[in-house]
Order: sequence, then structure tokens, then C-alpha cells
Amino acid sequence: MDAFFAAVEQAAKPSLRGKPVVVGGLGPRGVVSTASYEARVYGVHSAMAMAQARRLCPNAAYLTPRFGLYRQVSDTVMALLHELSPLVEPLSLDEAFVDLNAGECGERLRALPEPELLAGVREVGERLRADIAAATGLTASVGLAGSKLLAKIGSDAAKPNGLVVIEPGTEADFLGPKTVRTLWGVGPATAEHLRRAGITTVAEVAEAGEAELIRLLGKAHGASLFAMATGRDDRPVVADRDVKSISVEDTFDVDLTDRARVRAEVGRLADRCVQRLRSAGRSGRTVVLKVRRYDFTTLTRSETLRAPTDDPVVVRETAGRLIEAVDTTGGVRLLGVGVAGLADFTQEDLFAQVQEEGRGELDSGDNAPVRQEPAPEPVSQRWRPGQDVTHAEYGPGWVQGSGVGRVTVRFEVPGGEPGRVRTFAVDDPLLEPAEPLPLVPEEPAGPA
Amino acid sequence: MKFRVERDVLAEAVAWAARSLPARPPAPVLAGLLLKAEDGQLSLSAFDYEVSARVSVEAEVDEEGTVLVSGRLLADISRALPNRPVEISTDGVRVTVVCGSSRFTLHTLPVEEYPALPAMPTASGTVPGEIFAAAVSQVAIAAGRDDTLPVLTGVRIEIEGDTVTLAATDRYRFAVREFLWKPETPDLSAVALVPAKTLLDTAKALTSGDTVAIALAGSGAGEGLIGFEGAGRRTTTRLLEGDLPKYRTLFPTEFASVAVIETAPFVEAVKRVALVAERNTPIRLSFTDSVLTLEAGSSDDAQAVERVDAQLEGDDISIAFNPTFLLDGLSAIDSPVAQLSFTTSTKPALLSGKPALDAEAVEAYKYLIMPVRLSG
Repeated sequence: MDAFFAAVEQAAKPSLRGKPVVVGGLGPRGVVSTASYEARVYGVHSAMAMAQARRLCPNAAYLTPRFGLYRQVSDTVMALLHELSPLVEPLSLDEAFVDLNAGECGERLRALPEPELLAGVREVGERLRADIAAATGLTASVGLAGSKLLAKIGSDAAKPNGLVVIEPGTEADFLGPKTVRTLWGVGPATAEHLRRAGITTVAEVAEAGEAELIRLLGKAHGASLFAMATGRDDRPVVADRDVKSISVEDTFDVDLTDRARVRAEVGRLADRCVQRLRSAGRSGRTVVLKVRRYDFTTLTRSETLRAPTDDPVVVRETAGRLIEAVDTTGGVRLLGVGVAGLADFTQEDLFAQVQEEGRGELDSGDNAPVRQEPAPEPVSQRWRPGQDVTHAEYGPGWVQGSGVGRVTVRFEVPGGEPGRVRTFAVDDPLLEPAEPLPLVPEEPAGPA
Repeated sequence: MKFRVERDVLAEAVAWAARSLPARPPAPVLAGLLLKAEDGQLSLSAFDYEVSARVSVEAEVDEEGTVLVSGRLLADISRALPNRPVEISTDGVRVTVVCGSSRFTLHTLPVEEYPALPAMPTASGTVPGEIFAAAVSQVAIAAGRDDTLPVLTGVRIEIEGDTVTLAATDRYRFAVREFLWKPETPDLSAVALVPAKTLLDTAKALTSGDTVAIALAGSGAGEGLIGFEGAGRRTTTRLLEGDLPKYRTLFPTEFASVAVIETAPFVEAVKRVALVAERNTPIRLSFTDSVLTLEAGSSDDAQAVERVDAQLEGDDISIAFNPTFLLDGLSAIDSPVAQLSFTTSTKPALLSGKPALDAEAVEAYKYLIMPVRLSG
């Protein structure tokens, strides 16, 4: 999907079409998730600090992500991919590999005579793009090639709203002139290493030969880089990659120094983590706590239980024990709680069960599990930019901004005309948060 | 100081006392074993600030005295000596150990720097050693092993008049055993949390005597300590702080179904089926009228199924357990027949023993075990 989050926002909010849109965390420590192509012109890109993005492109619309909607759209797209082949490997919400060789589509393609095969493959890609556009109103780019690496590079080259087929045999020509950073596993450090050796393009990597690369980068890395540069990549498309751990984390706008607050946040994260664990139908044995302190030093602490659990009381208690052993005097920037060692069964815990039911009282002296303190009350009603709202009089709209006791709402719906802006008091009783509207309203089958 | 003692007697006494020597002595003198010869008795003491041990044996004392020597070394030497009378004597700062044709000369450690062993707590009573050892091993099996929750590594000893109740839990099972003892004062009432490992070692070491005296301090001298004495051996242990969660309410009293199974074939079947239960994956039990079906493993890996005769009263039930926890319980009930009582498949099940199929369940020992819930 092209600039997925931003594209969804532009589709949902007609007034933003053709305008720079940046989606991400809007707090002082937020990071850009996605920038629309209009914003990318100004140099804004994903993973950039939000503050820097605002300096580069002050006039863009800055919106908080609406993951629920993105997930719905993503599910719709992934469903279309599954129609092509049972072998779909999602990389993220908006990217996936599809093995066309498997399934019905593969049979049809294989039946085609050699000269028409290419056109057939291209047609599959174009039809997919059309289907996605019809189902979601969004554009997607497709890369078709003989390996995962080339398909991905191809789809990057096709963006936005395009399709690239890399014919077998032309891989080297396609890759050759590109910079080494195109290849997987080449980040700033490896690129710099290669540049010192006079290697800047993929063609030069291929030319250097395997022995030279192994000498430069070591056995595993060198060998895999050489294979990629020569277009060899035989990794299969794997559906349902095994999840290894489930975790949640939060960066705080202001470093937490209050120990009680740190504990409360850990408890809250543990609960959220367990929710995710349970909704995935899993349990886990190892509880991992991640702490990033004011100076960015990051540490993780873990404790492995005797048996897997999905009990919020146990996870909360374990994470609470772990945080007790971490010095947070200087302030905490980020906290995370995760569960690893996943299993699909749960050893019930005698005390947690009792505590849950609240029928027994646990007094084990200092070791009594700390009762969850109530989370700090959310600041009255907070309106987040981009949030869906509905007004009793003016109908559905979205929050454009909020401050000094007022909230500005633009009333428009997906697929409609750019709408008008109105301002209300933040506590206007007629204004309520709302669920996102589907991007393609006339589709009754909509996202499930 | 000079005395003679039988080699076997010495070796056994030294080996037992040396168990209480600290692995990493906080002070050099604590690596020592204190030997004291007087009144035809030799006593050996070791102390690591947590546990103290003192054993007395008969000896032929020529010259009374006290000496402190390296405990490890003395233990190694006495174990290796030939089976002859051993003569130990001091000569200035040296100790000489002579046995048959072997002769060892050891350095002594400064006796005056050795701390005084804690006094035995006052209040006490007695119980036959065998009963005590059996009860402790039945309960200690359920104690926790990791130090993240120190309270759970202990065995709770509760004394109420002539009844002693031992309890331990690692939060997945809970074992409780009651036995009678003879308290010195009939209205004695006390609670102590003793490290399970130490208690188990102690109870085993004291079986050789007829009775074991248990001494527990309410307050005053020896507070925070528990003492055990029997067969010439005396040991004190520092108590753990805190207490186990109140457990009487944890034990269910009403059940939807009660199953009765002969223990030996049940244990055999669990062991066999558990072979495919890797990394403590659960073993699944399904009880119907007269048959118990045991299953483990998943279709991705190996699977095993076995059927065992069982009598079930009440609703059919399917429930899963960690096989290790189940086997621990089955061995701890130490009865020819096992009785499992259930409420639901996610609530704790109660395991108890029966002397025969048609007998009443033994009330003195209960093993509560939490099931494993299978997702999806």
C-alpha cells in the first residue's frame, strides 16, 4: 500500500486530498509513522522525530494514527491477497509477499504458454491493484519477481501506484545500478564499510565476488550479501510466521520520576500485554520488562516462571518484581512489558485465581502482591487530531485541532466533498467520539 | 585436649555437622568445626549464621578441651581413614589426627573468635522421628524453589496444642499435613516458616533417634529460630520472614465429582504418557464412569493415550495437569489408592490417599493441585 496510514487519512478526509499529511505520535517525543507523498517532498519520512517533521513541513496536517481503521482496511486487502494464493506472508499491516505459484492462480499461470506467461503475471498484478482500489479506494504498488527480495525492491520501485515486473534473467540489470543500501541487511554501517572498499552499487557488490565480501563482512553476512546482489534469494514465502513474543510499550511525554507512577504504569502495561496475549489465544512463560531511562540507556529484565501463564495478576506481579530491581531515579522515558516463551496452555495459579475472584485475602507480609492502583484519570475529554467524532447537529466529522478549551472539527465524510470547519467548546455535550466510517461507504459487505 | 573415638562414629558425626558449614564463609572462623571433648563426650558444632548444627558422640576423653579446625578438611580426612580407632590431640596450635598408621597434622583456627551458637528456643515438644520425616517430605515437595518469592520456599509449621500442621506451596500446588505430637505445655500455640530445604535435610538426619524434639520460640530467647533435637544431634535454623497466604479457604469443600484410582497403575500410566509431554506440556485426564483416559502430546508432535480403571462419582470431567506436579502428589500421598476430587476443570483439584478402594480417604494429608487450562 502506498503511504498507507496517510493514504487512509486522505481517503477518509476529503479536505486533505493532495495535501501533505503526517501520521504518527503527536506528543513531544512522537515519531512519524507515515508521511503522504506530498509531505515527503519536504523531506519528511517515517521514523523521523515528529518535531523535526514539523519544522520541515509546518503546513502539513498532523494526525494521530487510527489503528482500528487501518487494521480493517488491511484485513480487506489481505483477504484479496488470500484469493490469489494460500501462501501469504504479511510483513506489516500494509505489505505482504504472495507466492503466486501456490494455489489456483498458480495453476492458471502455469497452463499459459511461455510467451503469454509474462503478460499473464502482469495481468494478475494489475487486477489485484484494481481490486484493492475498488475495495478500499486506496492505491497499491506491486512488484513481481522470482524472489522475495526482488519482488520487494520491485514494489518499492513501482511506488506510488505502480507495477514493476522483473523478468527472470534481468535481475542483475535491474539491481546493478542501485545503491548497496537497497539490499536487505545493509544499513549505514555496512554501507560505509563497503564504501571504503570502493563498493557503492549492487553491481559492484556482485563484481567484488563472494570471497572478498566474506573477507570484508564476515562469513554469514558476506555470503548472503553476495547471493542477494547476484539476484539469488531462495527464501520461501512463509504464511503464519510463528510469533515469539508479545509486548507493549509506551514512551512518556515527560520522564517519569515518581516511583509510584512508574509502578502503576508497569501494572497498566502488564494488563495491556495480557489483553493482547489473550486475544491471540496464547500464554507465556517469560515476563520481560524493558526500561529506557532519561539518558536513553535501555535495559531489559526478565523472569521465567515455572509454567506458562496468561493471568494478568501473575504478569503484573512479575513485572512489578522486575521493576523493583531497576534504578529509575534519573527518570524513565519508556517502559515496556512483554511475554515470551509462548505456549498454548496455561498453568493456573492458586493465588492469582483467588485474588481475581476477590474471595480470599492474601497477606504474605512484604511480599503480598501490590494491589493495582487506579490509573491516573484521563484529562477530562481529550480530543486528538484526526479522531472521529459526531455532532448531534452537524453529523460526522474529525478533530482538526484542540486547545485552550476549544476543539475544531471538520465535518466531512469519506468520498464526499471537503467540508466546513466549526469550533466548539471542548465539553460541548453535542459532540461525541465516534467509530471510523468505512472508506468505501456504498460497499455493504464492508470490513467485518 | 586428647580423645579417642571410633572411626565410623567420627566420620558420621563430622559429615553431618559439616553439612552446615557455609560454602563461602562470611568470616574465616565459620569454615571451622568446633570440637569439644568433655565428660566422655565429643561434641562437634558448625554454624553459618542461618543454620547451626551440633552433634554429640561418645568418646574416650583423656584430656578435656576445645579446638577449632577446618571442617572441610576434617570431613575429607575422617571419611578416608581406615576403620580403626582415631586419636585426636592438640599440641599448641596444631591438631594431630592419628588412625592406624596414618597421621595428619592440621592447623587450628582461633576458638575465641568463634561465635556462640544460638541457644535452643524454649518451648517445645516431641514427635517420633519417622513420623516427622515422613510428614516433612510429604509437604516440602510442594514448596517453591526459586528465591523470587522467599516466603514460598518455606514450610509453614503451625502448632496448636497437640496438633502440628505443616503446609507448603509454590502457588501451583499446596500440600498440608497434620500430625499429633507431645507438647511440653498443652496450650502451646505457635507458627513458624522454615526454609523447606533445611527442614527436609534436618528431618532426614534425625530419623535415627526415637523421637525428635521441636523447639519453637514464641518470644524471648531464640526468637526467630526453630530448633530440632534427636539422636544426639541438635540443629537450629533461622526462620523465614513473613507467612504463607491463608490457605484454609483455598481448599474446596464441595465437589462435583470424585474419582478413585489405584495409585500404582495410575503412576505408571502418567509416567508413560508423560514421555511425550515435552517441557512440562500438560497431561490430559478424562474421567468417565469407570475409565480414566490419559492423553498427552499434540498432533504436531508425538502423542500418547492410555486407559486406566477408575471409579467416578458425579459428573464426567476432563482436566489437564502438569505431569510433574501430578506425580509429585501421587508419590506424596504414599497410599495404595488415590482419590481426586474436582469442582471444575479450571479450579484446583484435591488429591488425597486411601488405604483401600472402599476405605475412607486419609484426612491427615491433602495435596491441592492447580490444573492447566488449554487454550483453543
